Amino acid sequence: MAAWISANPSIFIVALQNHLWLAGVALAAVLLIALPLGLLLTRHRGFANAAIAIVNILRTVPSLALLVIMLPLLGTGFLPSVVALTLYGLPALLLNTYTGLTEVDADIVEAARGQGFSDAQVMTRIEIPLALPVIFAGIRTAAVQIVSAATLAAFIGGGGLGELITAGMANFNFPQLIAGAVAVALLALAVEVAFAGIERLMTRQLRMGAS
Amino acid sequence: MSWTIENYDRLLIALWEHIQLVGVGLAIALAIGLPLGVLSARRPGFALIVLLVSGALYTIPALAIFALLIPYLGLGFWPAIVALVAYALLIIIRNVATGLQEISPDILDAADGMGYGRWRRLFAIELPLALPVIIAGIRITVVTQVSVATVAAFINAGGLGDIIFQGITQDFGEKVVAGAVVTSALAILCDESLRRVELRLRANQAETA
Repeated sequence: MAAWISANPSIFIVALQNHLWLAGVALAAVLLIALPLGLLLTRHRGFANAAIAIVNILRTVPSLALLVIMLPLLGTGFLPSVVALTLYGLPALLLNTYTGLTEVDADIVEAARGQGFSDAQVMTRIEIPLALPVIFAGIRTAAVQIVSAATLAAFIGGGGLGELITAGMANFNFPQLIAGAVAVALLALAVEVAFAGIERLMTRQLRMGAS
Repeated sequence: MSWTIENYDRLLIALWEHIQLVGVGLAIALAIGLPLGVLSARRPGFALIVLLVSGALYTIPALAIFALLIPYLGLGFWPAIVALVAYALLIIIRNVATGLQEISPDILDAADGMGYGRWRRLFAIELPLALPVIIAGIRITVVTQVSVATVAAFINAGGLGDIIFQGITQDFGEKVVAGAVVTSALAILCDESLRRVELRLRANQAETA
């Protein structure tokens, strides 16, 4: 594996860059959509049940199916891959944002209102900070899912480390296949460990702030 | 729609192969995961190691696991099963352990007082009480396995992923969509039916309690 990477550094680096780019853009899109949408759903509870039912179905759709469904709609390449990965990561964060905000103790919100907090203040100073650990757990799940599923973007021409695996398979180039597989496995584990570390730090700080 | 209508038998065969992959993968995963889950509930140190290893396996992307197994196990049905089992272990072990730990100590004391032995208590009291949580784990596992089994076509294990990959190589959109839609429908159907089983079990337990 190391031998193949040192013999083909540029191919490897391009694949890794593409992978991070795909996952990064999709995760940014998930954050931009899921956070405000989750907040909006807590304000329109009637609408929320229907939205959550749809999101629960979306969550069940296999990653490969979601990616290849893009082929007839958007063709091959970067954009369809990012759209599919965004849809794939969305449910985890949307559900956690909604649950995190709904689980905030109603008494605390009531007390804040009693002290004269405006709606916006209740949201930014009470609800969001208290829901943050649950929201962040959603970001972590979405990030790991997206980095993992981005491997399959190679099947619709989206590039990334999965391409080393598919190309290695097609050309019987096993060192390349293994290099891609090990790299993407380590990347997914690194993302999981890094986000878990941040999550632990945040929970600890929140607990210290509360006491 | 014409390809789908003319080739419904090919879709059905692929669907059957897919169900076999998931069924065999789940059966082996349960055979390994149940005892490991029971052991994890009893020994926290063991639980830590088992959950760490199975958690790492769960995080590795499916395509990478399949690729890494090729040099050791080659292509086909059984290497795919190894990967499917690897994916299932975390959730099954975790849910069996959680389900057992959530049982009230009073119930266990009562069972001990009634003279239940360790094994009889496990099979007659603990596992039935933990069943809803275990079924919840099986539900997540099955949905994950339906998804991972799609990618198994990459190592010639058959299943619905085969229809998708054929469609991609032949640049034949309808075939790709047909494969993707049937896979999604299978995942949604499994999720919904196991959710109902779980709800019914919980309702029954609440009634008897």
